[in-house]
Amino acid sequence: MIWLAFFFGLLMLAPMLLPNNYYLTILILGCLHAMNAVGLCLLVGHAGQISLGHAGFYGLGAYTSSYLSTTVGLSVGLSMLSGVALTVVVSILVGLPSLKLKGHYLAMATLGFGIILSILFTETVDITGGPSGFVGIPRLSLFGWELRKDVTLYRAVAVTLCLIVWLAFNLLHSRVGRALRALHTSERAAEAMGVDIARYKLLVFVLSAAFSGIAGVLYAHYLTFIAPSSFGFMFSVELIVMVVLGGMTSVPGAIVGAFFITVLPEFLRAFENIEVLLFGAILVLCMMFLPDGMAGGWNRLWGWGKARFSGAVHG
Amino acid sequence: MNAAKCVVALVTYLLTCVPAFAADAIKIGAILSVTGPASFLGEPEKNTLIMLQDQLNAAGGVGGQQVEVIVYDDESDVNKCVMAAKKLLDQDQVAVVIGPSISGNTLAISKFFSSAEVPLVSCAAAEKIVRPVDPWVFNTPQLDRHAVTKILLDAKAKGYSRLAILTVSDGYGQAGRGVLKELIPAQGFELAADEVYGPKDTDMTAQLTKIKGAGADAIICWGTNPGPAVVARNRVQLGLTTPLYMSHGVASNKFIELAGDAAEGLVLPAGRLVAVDQVPADHPQKAVLEAYVAGYTKTYGTQISSFGGYAHDAFALVMEAIRKGGSAKSADIRDNLEKISGFAGTSGVYTYSPENHNGLDESAFIMVTIENGGWKVAN
Amino acid sequence: MDPSSLLQYLITGLTLGSTYGLTALGFTIIFNTTGVINFAQGEFVMLGGMMSVYFMHSLGFGEPAAVVLAVLGATLAGALVERLAIRPVRDCPAINLIIITIGVSILIRGLAMLLWGKDTHVLEPFSGNQPIMFLGAAIMPQAIWVLVISLFLLGALKLFFSGTIHGKAMLACSYDSKAASLVGIGVQRMVLLSFMISALVGAVGGVILAPITMTSYDVGIMLGLKGFAACILGGLGNPFGAAAGGVILGVLESLGAGFVSSAYKDALAFVILLILLFVKPSGLFGLKDSKRV
Repeated sequence: MIWLAFFFGLLMLAPMLLPNNYYLTILILGCLHAMNAVGLCLLVGHAGQISLGHAGFYGLGAYTSSYLSTTVGLSVGLSMLSGVALTVVVSILVGLPSLKLKGHYLAMATLGFGIILSILFTETVDITGGPSGFVGIPRLSLFGWELRKDVTLYRAVAVTLCLIVWLAFNLLHSRVGRALRALHTSERAAEAMGVDIARYKLLVFVLSAAFSGIAGVLYAHYLTFIAPSSFGFMFSVELIVMVVLGGMTSVPGAIVGAFFITVLPEFLRAFENIEVLLFGAILVLCMMFLPDGMAGGWNRLWGWGKARFSGAVHG
Repeated sequence: MNAAKCVVALVTYLLTCVPAFAADAIKIGAILSVTGPASFLGEPEKNTLIMLQDQLNAAGGVGGQQVEVIVYDDESDVNKCVMAAKKLLDQDQVAVVIGPSISGNTLAISKFFSSAEVPLVSCAAAEKIVRPVDPWVFNTPQLDRHAVTKILLDAKAKGYSRLAILTVSDGYGQAGRGVLKELIPAQGFELAADEVYGPKDTDMTAQLTKIKGAGADAIICWGTNPGPAVVARNRVQLGLTTPLYMSHGVASNKFIELAGDAAEGLVLPAGRLVAVDQVPADHPQKAVLEAYVAGYTKTYGTQISSFGGYAHDAFALVMEAIRKGGSAKSADIRDNLEKISGFAGTSGVYTYSPENHNGLDESAFIMVTIENGGWKVAN
Repeated sequence: MDPSSLLQYLITGLTLGSTYGLTALGFTIIFNTTGVINFAQGEFVMLGGMMSVYFMHSLGFGEPAAVVLAVLGATLAGALVERLAIRPVRDCPAINLIIITIGVSILIRGLAMLLWGKDTHVLEPFSGNQPIMFLGAAIMPQAIWVLVISLFLLGALKLFFSGTIHGKAMLACSYDSKAASLVGIGVQRMVLLSFMISALVGAVGGVILAPITMTSYDVGIMLGLKGFAACILGGLGNPFGAAAGGVILGVLESLGAGFVSSAYKDALAFVILLILLFVKPSGLFGLKDSKRV
């Protein structure tokens, strides 16, 4: 848990290290992506299920909260809670039939679901504002106090991220975590031992959807504008990339992966024309040479370093 | 664990290595969709801005100061557009921003400019950008409303009464659809069919078949390449002879290239850039149009695009505001933009005011017919 | 609802569906031999069309030569993908392989964008533009080419898999690669072959469709997704199912656009797919999945 405390401290201090407000935007987006990635990491890395449509949950939370807080006129807090609640309900409805499917069929089901949501966001112009997006979402406010300054909002987001990570961590070290490991190793064996795999799969699926929903509502009330293009298939792919790049079974890895992918376009900006190419190349190369992702690479480096230096001590 | 710290620290350090620019140049920001689905807008817009920047600086700048245009590519994506806007406002601290190229992106960032009190001169055409008027947001392209009015005038003259519309499901098409659905009944026509196609769709025969069944006198297609080219070809493939109007979104040679023979006889509203040689010599825009065409073809060796004109006008209007007011401060630029009247640009003759941040009307458009693979101004 | 409209929708659906079918076939071939879903399959389809345009318009070849060269080029690309990106990581967990193929698809798209720009391009139809009127519906000659070539390819592949030694060897690899290598089949060579054949099939699909739908560097995404959906619809692993799934998907989409709503036609196809998956997960023609415990 110490690293979590360190991480929290770093997040809180970060704004003071940054020269101007622009980098705050990157940090906030990075945190939001990290929330998505942590949930997906639990689902993909630990429960061994794949979801190619998680951007849908992100968008569902965002649009629900936006709609409720503007058109319906609920308070921001209530809208956010409802947004997350709706995301949870939908994920249960989707998860129950889908999780009976395996492998590529599951990938297709989640993919289809993601695309359907994406089309819904684009076509239901009266509710969502359509492709031009949803304008005029109220800024995030806690108990009536509006978080106008970006720094304050960032701190709120960072706190939420740490809470989510803490939740994930606790889950993994609990009974549920052990059940998940059993499930991942062999579903049949786990079932034979009495583990209710359907229930655990659904639990993790819904939890990861909830994390995405939370990130979605925060996103909507931070940017005060959302558009369907942010919640499409490409973003779902980006999320998977974050998780895999970070190391599928590693929650800290997922966070690093999320920040890395969020920040990467900043570096690639200088190479406008080959940005797409570079992104693909980085994906392929990372996967080929760092299959456990950055966390695996880091662990190996750490182990190598330890071996070297303990060798020196003993030798 | 430690990896997270290292990465964030490294990232922060690297991000601070931002190159510095000349200290006393006037900084103009630009957010354009140079890549992505809207690159047909952003690429010529960026080229135009760079060309104008170089031309102006070579001639001594404005008010003795050089001008520096900082262009960011938003890749037609709203997230990147927001990041670019924040970067221009917080980090680069520009006096005014030109762009974005598309309406959705413009609407996403317009609030930032009112709160930062920096003017935004958009190259996108949606009504929502300038209606209701935001004191800090302007735009340069002709509005969809003007295009639709022009089309309906033509339709009325030809005696049509039942019109079908076929629009693309993106920001541009959706905005057009809204205006069409408002003005068609208002002008006394009947809306025979209201069909939609997706931006990536490659076959519109289903929609056209439905329209055929609805018995319309004419079809109005509202979209940007390549969709309308597919619509044009499908129409020929189905053997439909119903007259087809296009929107100004395809007022480009690319459309004629894509649609091939199917483009013959199609009618659309376009800015005068598309047929400069057919503009009468005494027209107020003639000189500006010719200068732009000459400069662009000389600098880049390719044909102009009428969309690049939006950026040309934005730049010219901003420079005019700076010249008129003798100040490059954001608030002064905004005030002086509103005082511009009768300014000839490539898209039309602009007259801004505190109530009108678009500055144009239907006369900015001419109706053209595609004949023999070229543009013929209709009379 | 008049019959000529219905016929028109059916024709459009069949034409579109054939391309989905060919793309799905490509997915199936690779899946059968390697167990990998190659997300870059859509890009092979794109390469077929784009390369034809390049060879014809930039290098000045005649259309038949350009088309053949394009298909060969795409096949080569398939081989390269297998060699450089798949073979080194054969034993990775499935999800890593999926990610790699997604990365490869982005890479290919990026290369295409760099080499040929972001514009849309037209490819001339093989035998002209004059529509043939049939019972009130218009059929493009190119559509007939699409159907004929697709059927021909399907037949050729069936013959290949059941008649030739290489085909049977590939099937053996899909049943059990260890056993296959024990009887002397070069599994790695079969994997390479499967990628090349998939790329070929995809590229042919791209080439025959390009004159109807025009082509650009990013057509691969949606085509790939729909081909994948067609694959699942027909039952993953079943070539006949893949082709049938493609046609069914194309027709459903066209009918949906015609009778329900053109805006939601993509969603419609996926909704039906989802319902099918929940009711019969192995797809229309797939075998019930049984695994050794």
